[in-house]
Amino acid sequence: MTKKVQVSATVNGETVDFLCEPWQSLLDVLREELHLTGAKEGCNNGNCGACSVLLDGAPVNSCLVLAVEAEGAEITTVEGIAQNGQLHPLQQCFLEGAALQCGICTPGFLVTAKALLDQNPNPTEEQIRFELAGNLCRCTGYDKIIKAVLAAAKNLQEAN
Amino acid sequence: MKPFDYTAPSTIADAVSLLSQHNGEARVLAGGTDILVQLREGLREAGIVIDVKKIAELRALDCCSTSGLTLGASTPCAEIYGNADVCTAYPALTDAARIIGGWQIQSRASIGGNLCNASPAADSIPALIALNAVALVAGPNGQREIPVADFCTAPGRNALAAGELLVCLQFPAPSAKSSSAYQRFIPRNEMDIAVVGVGSWLQLDESGQTILSARVALGAVAPTPVFAAEASDWLAGKPATEDTYRQAGELARKSASPISDMRGTAEYRVHLVGVLTQRTLAKAVQRAVAQRAAG
Ligand SMILES: Cc1cc2nc3c(=O)[nH]c(=O)nc-3n(C[C@H](O)[C@H](O)[C@H](O)COP(=O)(O)OP(=O)(O)OC[C@H]3O[C@@H](n4cnc5c(N)ncnc54)[C@H](O)[C@@H]3O)c2cc1C
Ligand code: FES
Ligand code: FES
Repeated sequence: MTKKVQVSATVNGETVDFLCEPWQSLLDVLREELHLTGAKEGCNNGNCGACSVLLDGAPVNSCLVLAVEAEGAEITTVEGIAQNGQLHPLQQCFLEGAALQCGICTPGFLVTAKALLDQNPNPTEEQIRFELAGNLCRCTGYDKIIKAVLAAAKNLQEAN
Repeated sequence: MKPFDYTAPSTIADAVSLLSQHNGEARVLAGGTDILVQLREGLREAGIVIDVKKIAELRALDCCSTSGLTLGASTPCAEIYGNADVCTAYPALTDAARIIGGWQIQSRASIGGNLCNASPAADSIPALIALNAVALVAGPNGQREIPVADFCTAPGRNALAAGELLVCLQFPAPSAKSSSAYQRFIPRNEMDIAVVGVGSWLQLDESGQTILSARVALGAVAPTPVFAAEASDWLAGKPATEDTYRQAGELARKSASPISDMRGTAEYRVHLVGVLTQRTLAKAVQRAVAQRAAG
């Protein structure tokens, strides 16, 4: 019989220890054990991106990561994107640009878009569309999301 | 998901002995983008999952102009196309790595996993065959090499024997004036399974006008990815012109034996083989020439 495993990781800048079953997904543990419910379960098979988190800086689908694999890793969820009570420019631009309707996809888009802007502060529309292809949205038709990311990139650059 | 145990050995020897010890009920985990989906959907079962990402040899990405490329079986796609030397020397490989799923998938998905999963439509395999990659495998009886063209045996089946682990893929050093390309056809722009995929590699002569040798490989047109031998052999000695690429496309169509399914009819797939062979050859020539101008 399998036994629970103790895992120690850094989540949104804080050291976190948790117990998990070896077959539990990171998404499951984030939501059910750590009560970080920002990452959403859309498809549970890697297609929708609603469960996106950063694992050591890289965007991943947390439904396709085992929680035990997080040992020693740094994880950022959508809850870790705002700093000192200040929304991240991406969050601000999503709000101002009405880049969401039901909002289920939004945490995933924010996390992936943050990874993109961290890597490429001035992406073209085409680059944004390509890198966000793993995030699906059933409501917005994507245009407002892409525009919000472009606006956030501009704001971030002007702030620097 | 049905319960299973998890272990993450740090050496090849430990991984191989774990595989033998749990013969039949152990599953290797690389990026998990195939296996975790299959376990969750009950398509496969595991008593224990062996995570091989902590084994240094399986995370290798050593690109050297004289000895070639050693690509660890579990190195993720994003790391591969993030390496400028690999993009320059083995563009068919990075073309494929860049379009396997979206970014979240590419952060995790490995070429070793893509190969071992042995889908007829796997994007990396035609590129690996065109680039003449060899799989290095470790097992209870030591190590052996398998040419990638012989690695897949049927949909979802590969040539690994019980207890064997794929360690790495070895690519020959790039020869002068050679290059490669991989392209697939899908009905949308990203995130879909190839209707057809074609990988081409070729080497030009000194002048850049004549093809010295070429390798063309096809995906999603047979139970396994296939080497298009007739087209590849015919290309040697031909001028690097559009007419040559078109004729090679005609020959490559003969190596395709597709089925009709929801992604496309057999007839449409055969047509696509011709088109993509032509385009990947043209792209590979363009790249080989550009490299020559730069270098
Ligand atoms: C949303 C989504 C989109 C996708 N899009 C594409 C696509 O566009 N093109 C495409 O080709 N594929 C696609 N895939 C499939 C998958 O991402 C790829 O096949 C990927 O390359 C698998 O690699 P992995 O490291 O995740 O493998 P894993 O899932 O870890 O392993 C795959 C299989 O190989 C075995 N294995 C892995 N490593 C070894 C080893 N070293 N030795 C022996 N056996 C091993 C595993 O046991 C398992 O059976 C997609 C998957 C998802 C979920
Ligand atoms: S829930 Fe993970 S990708 Fe959809
Ligand atoms: S806002 Fe509803 S799915 Fe994107």
